[in-house]
Amino acid sequence: MIGVVAVLAIWEAFARSGMFSTALTPPIESIAATMFDMIRDGSLLENTLATLARVFLGFAIAVAIAVPLGVLMGRYWVVERFFLPLISVLVPIPSLAWVPLLLLWCGIGDTATILVVIYAAAFPLLYNVWRGVTAVNPLWIRAARVMGANQWTLLRKVIVPGAMPYIITGARLGFGRAWIGVVGAELLASPRLGLGEVIFNAGEYLQSSVMFSAIIVIGALGVFFERCVFQAMETATVRKWGMSAGR
Amino acid sequence: MATIAQKRASARSLMEIRRHRAITRAISYAIGLSAFVIVALGYELFARYGGFSPKLVPGLGAIAQALVRLTANGVLLASAAATLYRLIAGFLLACVIGVSVGMLMGHYEWAEDTLLPLTTFFYPIPGLAYAPLFVMWFGLGDLPTIMLVGTSSCFVVIVNTWKGVKAVKPIWQRSARAMGATDRDLFLRVILPGSLPYILIGLRLGLANAWRILIAVEMVTSVQRGLGWMIFGAQTFLNTDVMLATIVVIGAIGLLLEKQVFQRVENYTVARWGMIAT
Repeated sequence: MIGVVAVLAIWEAFARSGMFSTALTPPIESIAATMFDMIRDGSLLENTLATLARVFLGFAIAVAIAVPLGVLMGRYWVVERFFLPLISVLVPIPSLAWVPLLLLWCGIGDTATILVVIYAAAFPLLYNVWRGVTAVNPLWIRAARVMGANQWTLLRKVIVPGAMPYIITGARLGFGRAWIGVVGAELLASPRLGLGEVIFNAGEYLQSSVMFSAIIVIGALGVFFERCVFQAMETATVRKWGMSAGR
Repeated sequence: MATIAQKRASARSLMEIRRHRAITRAISYAIGLSAFVIVALGYELFARYGGFSPKLVPGLGAIAQALVRLTANGVLLASAAATLYRLIAGFLLACVIGVSVGMLMGHYEWAEDTLLPLTTFFYPIPGLAYAPLFVMWFGLGDLPTIMLVGTSSCFVVIVNTWKGVKAVKPIWQRSARAMGATDRDLFLRVILPGSLPYILIGLRLGLANAWRILIAVEMVTSVQRGLGWMIFGAQTFLNTDVMLATIVVIGAIGLLLEKQVFQRVENYTVARWGMIAT
């Protein structure tokens, strides 16, 4: 808490010191006022929802693709050997490098943004699911087989729970990347609504308070998702099953 | 699959085992290669018969030609050099900030209490979100780009350095003290080497982060030349072949960075000291 207060105080002093115009470095008061205005006229909510919708949709599709593929890669050597080189080649390419190309192919708007989100989120997810599935204790698999489990039960009761720590790590990383992807793509693709678009527009009009407000919202959402969503998932599954050493 | 007992019982010779391994390796290469061939073929077919103009979806030949053309007229080299310069500058900035802040946080409680909430708040914010802000503050060109890359990738380094310092075994610190180590000795000889595995992980992640952010930021900050700029600029003239060629180059450099740079550093220091499994 002290740290946050200290930084706020330093910022305030810096903003008011007149070193830069207040248009560039707005004091906290004007940032708060701007944010309040944005909340009041609904624009903050509109844009946040738009961004969130894109992240969720893209992330959901990424999960739908990456998790089954990761499981297949973990279970069947041939599938792993087929996809791994392709994946290793695509991973070092930043998801945002594809944006101009996607803009030309799909036009301005949601499609390009969501594709970027899918691309960004799918790789960490895929990699971690694959690693998780290969790391499931073979003893468990054999034990389940001996007790007569068919492939489906095996999957549901042994493999997925067994790979859960990795899956959650993958989901966390994938979500972080998805977030980066959506803000970046919005900045570059100028859809009608969205937090990234708000920041970009504000830049055109030198409205730094608007920018700060949007940045703060993005940060708060990030913390929220990390704490409330992923932490909760981890507690409900991995911790409860005693699979990770407590923090 | 034969069980271990059966395998032992069949008394395979070393030659047989080697041959089996070589065959397995060959098959796995073949499968991997077939993946690329299928994707390349699929793309080429789509480019030729997919009903889109070849300007929009260039064939593999056009992409290769673009690569050759760009290398020949020096644009690719100049852009790559400019981008790499910014990467190194930004990454060094991130290292300096990241390692020093992380060490402070790991060693001093007050630093941790004050700085940790800030770090966790700023960590998930995409670096690109600050880009228009930095452009407003620093203008266009190299400076905002380097600053942006540095500040966005420093958080990963901070977190990992902090964890690394905290993970240094207390018993090492106590033994060093018992043998009369001064503060400087303790730092240079125990804490710094001790936290190195974590620091290296942080640096590696930081470099990967810096690379992704850099390409994206170049598109926004209108640098004079660079790989991100090339992709962005190509958009104006619908030069999709240039775009795809640049993407290939970006991927190759990214791969090289990961494999050649960090793997080597890791092998030279941490793996040699036996601190992590090779």
